[in-house]
Amino acid sequence: MVKAFKRHSDTILMLVFIAAVLAGPVILEPVGAGYPDLLQKFAIYGIFALGFNILLGLTGYLSFGHAAFLGVGSYTTVWTFKLLSMNPLPALVFSILAAGLFSLLIGWISLRRTGIYFSILTLAFAQMCYNLAYSVLTPITNGETGLQLSQSDPRVLDTAFGRDYGAVLPASDLFGIEMTGYPGFYFCGVLLIICFYIALRIFRSPFGLMLLGVKSNQNRMNYTGLNTRPYALAAFVISGMYAGLAGGLLAVTDPLAGAERMQWTASGEVVLMTILGGAGTLLGPVIGAGVIKYAENIFSAFNEGTLQSAFSFLPEPLQHIAVSITGLFVGEGWHLTLGMLFMVIVIFLPGGLMEGVNRIINLFRRSSGGGGEGTAETAPQPAE
Amino acid sequence: MFPAWMLETMDAILLQVLNGLDKGGAYALIALGLTLIFGTLGVVNFAHGALFMLGAFCAVTLKEILSWEMVTIDPTQKTAWGTPLEVRTPYIEAWLGDAGSFILDYSVPFSILFAIPIMLVIGIVMERGLIKHFYKRPHVEQILVTFGLAIVLQEIVKSVFGANPIPQPAPDMLSGSADIGAFFGLPANTVVYPYWRMVYLAFSGVVIAGVFAFLQFTTFGMVVRAGMADRETVGLLGIDIDRRFTIVFGLAAVVAGLAGVMYTPILSPDYHMGMDFLVLSFVVVVVGGMGSLGGAVAAGFLLGILQSFASMNEVKSIFPGIDQIIIYLIAVVILLVRPRGLMGRKGVMEG
Amino acid sequence: MIKRNISRRGLMKGAAVAGVGLAAPQFFIRGAYAYTNEPKGGSVILGFNVPQTGAYADEGADELRAYQLAVEHLNGEGDGGMLNTFSSKALKGSGVLGKKVEFVTGDTQTKSDAARASAKRMIEKDGAVMITGGSSSGVAIAVQGLCQEAGVIFMAGLTHSNDTTGKDKRANGFRHFFNTEMSGAALGPVLKNAYGTDRKAYHLTADYTWGWSQEGSIKKYTEQLGWETTAAVRTPLGAGDFSQYITPVLNSGADVLVLNHYGKDMVNSLTQAVQFGLRDKQVNGKDFAIIVPLYSRLMAQGAGENVKGILGSTNWHWSLQDEGSVAFVKSFGQKYGFPPSQAAHTCYCQALLYADAAERAGTFMPSEVGKALEGFTFDGLGNGPTEYRASDHQCFKDVLVVRGKENPTSNYDLLEVVEVTPRAQVEYPAEMLGGELGPYNNGA
Repeated sequence: MVKAFKRHSDTILMLVFIAAVLAGPVILEPVGAGYPDLLQKFAIYGIFALGFNILLGLTGYLSFGHAAFLGVGSYTTVWTFKLLSMNPLPALVFSILAAGLFSLLIGWISLRRTGIYFSILTLAFAQMCYNLAYSVLTPITNGETGLQLSQSDPRVLDTAFGRDYGAVLPASDLFGIEMTGYPGFYFCGVLLIICFYIALRIFRSPFGLMLLGVKSNQNRMNYTGLNTRPYALAAFVISGMYAGLAGGLLAVTDPLAGAERMQWTASGEVVLMTILGGAGTLLGPVIGAGVIKYAENIFSAFNEGTLQSAFSFLPEPLQHIAVSITGLFVGEGWHLTLGMLFMVIVIFLPGGLMEGVNRIINLFRRSSGGGGEGTAETAPQPAE
Repeated sequence: MFPAWMLETMDAILLQVLNGLDKGGAYALIALGLTLIFGTLGVVNFAHGALFMLGAFCAVTLKEILSWEMVTIDPTQKTAWGTPLEVRTPYIEAWLGDAGSFILDYSVPFSILFAIPIMLVIGIVMERGLIKHFYKRPHVEQILVTFGLAIVLQEIVKSVFGANPIPQPAPDMLSGSADIGAFFGLPANTVVYPYWRMVYLAFSGVVIAGVFAFLQFTTFGMVVRAGMADRETVGLLGIDIDRRFTIVFGLAAVVAGLAGVMYTPILSPDYHMGMDFLVLSFVVVVVGGMGSLGGAVAAGFLLGILQSFASMNEVKSIFPGIDQIIIYLIAVVILLVRPRGLMGRKGVMEG
Repeated sequence: MIKRNISRRGLMKGAAVAGVGLAAPQFFIRGAYAYTNEPKGGSVILGFNVPQTGAYADEGADELRAYQLAVEHLNGEGDGGMLNTFSSKALKGSGVLGKKVEFVTGDTQTKSDAARASAKRMIEKDGAVMITGGSSSGVAIAVQGLCQEAGVIFMAGLTHSNDTTGKDKRANGFRHFFNTEMSGAALGPVLKNAYGTDRKAYHLTADYTWGWSQEGSIKKYTEQLGWETTAAVRTPLGAGDFSQYITPVLNSGADVLVLNHYGKDMVNSLTQAVQFGLRDKQVNGKDFAIIVPLYSRLMAQGAGENVKGILGSTNWHWSLQDEGSVAFVKSFGQKYGFPPSQAAHTCYCQALLYADAAERAGTFMPSEVGKALEGFTFDGLGNGPTEYRASDHQCFKDVLVVRGKENPTSNYDLLEVVEVTPRAQVEYPAEMLGGELGPYNNGA
């Protein structure tokens, strides 16, 4: 019976998710996030965090190097654009494959170690990629400026099919639909839904349970005669492929691949997204990604002028005080808001935003007479 | 005695060794506090870089206080934008004359005295107010909360001091460089090295030795080491281990802060310097082995010397870009050959 | 298993939701435009995209101050600043084309991705008709490419790499700042006078596009003088401690050290080179010399006393005594209490130049504004007679060679102008740097 209920609730979850993604532009318009670029970023980083969660949430392995796969995905996509075709499909396929291969290599080495040693190994690999991409590998990556398209690119397949972009820089298009603006968002959104569905299946599968076993007690798993490394490696590669897809999509919606996508701060960002939303939960990472990208794009845009008009209802001296206090947290101070947000979330809601949601639901249930230990399922287990 | 080319290579190698030791001293000092916290408290402290940065800004603050200026307005002169020119003299010079100038000149060394109490208080407040609640929490959450704290601290510093680096000159007497070569009987002016860097190397040696002696030869240190090995048993013996751990955290903050204070003449401090050193200090600690003080020191010197040699033109011409990745490359190799770093214990931070 | 889960009804529900979702954005697509973000009301929106976090945050803050000042002056508030000295008299202090100038701001974080995201927000959400700002070449080139695709004008801020108006130039992009080629051409003769023709130079170069570009230009012009390049060593960006790169300089036989670094790298490498005694050293019977090809007064403050006596080039300096500079320093200093940096100056000029071009063109349409800027010659903005060259959208004007002052009178008074290298001497043919402007893009 429980199983039936679960399956049912999964269907509901899936449908709600689909509806939320597709209606994103309408839902997010009132909070000022209903414009294509930010919507695309929500979807893309949602995919990135979803994949990262398959590794962190299920196996408990904390990777500090996933940004490298994001970068590999972006570079592969731009190179496919340049050499083959502006159609996003082959580019994304190559991105996923390249990131998958790359993560197989790095995962195979890094997973020989556990705990913080694993984290440092992944960090070291990603930093090496970043440093080399920024300097020595400039012929491939175009260094600081980032890899860009140019009119003189060969685009073999496009030429073969007789497509000519004329004198302007081509934009990526899916059989004639340009991958910018809202069509770009819906393309990313549909992929996000597919990725969400795959993550859901993984979470509910025996494979997912095995990974959870790796997380709760790796030794016990080993004692039962099971080699856990292939499982962890599979999870690592899957999450690497998610990152590759996300990186590819970044380049599809905006054809430029820069090296700073691989920096350790970018790896840290996806860790923050996942934990902020709730590691080990399905929806959490997507929400975490949304919150962080929203903060980055909207909070940073406030300046003194906008604040003054926002507080214009106050009398003059109060307005000054209000502007100078809030000014610390928005505009150039938006990092402060972000830092405080992390602290508050981790201190009070260790399970991330999803734990907060669950607590509210439980409160609601309890008041209507139902008993609840619902947090037990979603609260992340300690990584040791 | 030697052919000229040999002398030249020897000079170059000697300089690089010296430079590697100097770097290694700095790395070891920065990593020392971090590994102390790991070893005793089992906490992954991502705010360690921020403590280093706060130490550096103790020096900045002291210098600002010392150079508070008496502002007199000179109505006869005007600035380029038409307001009357302000003539500024530091109060301390106005009151104390030459002694004042001397204190101003030596503001960085004096900052050590200033930074010790401040960093101790910061460390203790941090431990009591925040870290204490995270001993039992997973490492991921420790990382996240201390990372959040690091961002908050650096943003506060930025809003006070701005984002630009602020120069902190070494005392005049120590700002030149010494002819070390002459000391060893080599021709003059072939091997020269800045005084301040040698001061830093000596300073880091003293602090590292001090921390070791403290843990090794005092009762307090003995209890702390016992607590590192088995916290519960020590607690059962009726020893208030928590209070001691608080003090250890304070000590780690002081070590990080002093590393920062003394580093300011080498690197003009800005609000972001903590983050810049964070990754490096973690690599040093992990290569040394989590929680091993000796390992951190050994790894610091190893990484310093190898980084120094990797930056030589001869090496770079064989492996282009090697100097960019050498630190990470060593980390990978060491961790693959020695699973727990150079001197790590089994079972620490492997969960 | 899952196949059972998707019921026919569920599918239909999903499809219906999808339909609503797909239709929804149609609400947000506004009426027909002749070009991207054509201003329809009583105001026009400009987008100021500057680094507010990261290493260049102070420079970004100064740029933003300059933009705010420019907007005030354009709208007829304040004392008018350089509007009064500007040779073109199209602007009357009543906004642009009768529309009040408003602005939105964004944080580039000195990262291409973040800069493009915030520029996109200003274009897609806030309706900015022009984007300006930036404090590094990588970001400027990335944002310039974006503006070309989106169909808005990009007025570059502080970007010194040749590529911005060379290899990566775009029709919609314009740069007022100078570049490494001009730095080299301007420094060459001054170096010859100061240090002679028989010198051995050792380069430390930030290992990325701008650093290489700078190294190339300085090498080219010093080797023309007869200098020899002993070595050119690449250093990682943000290395912090450069001592391992400085030690080999000591016994290399070189008697000049060229630091192709900017920002924090410059502050650190210069400070450390001076600590190693390089400024007071004697090699080959000559005084050792350090050169910093691109100076910034803000960064010179970070290096403190170490800049004394060190030569470099700069786009503008507040101590200049021409009419325009004096007017600008006066209105900036009165508003903020300290003199503007070169970043602030170039950004202020760019804002004015754009507004003036739109006024003269009678429209904000990028192709028309661009044509008004192409070949435009003007004066009174602090750099003497200046021309926006049509073939690469680069401003050509005099370049300043500066030296760190021996006896500064204040925190801001760190550099003294050694020579104003005339424009003719720093000019080069547009084809030399390659690249192609392509056609204007008006978007829509």
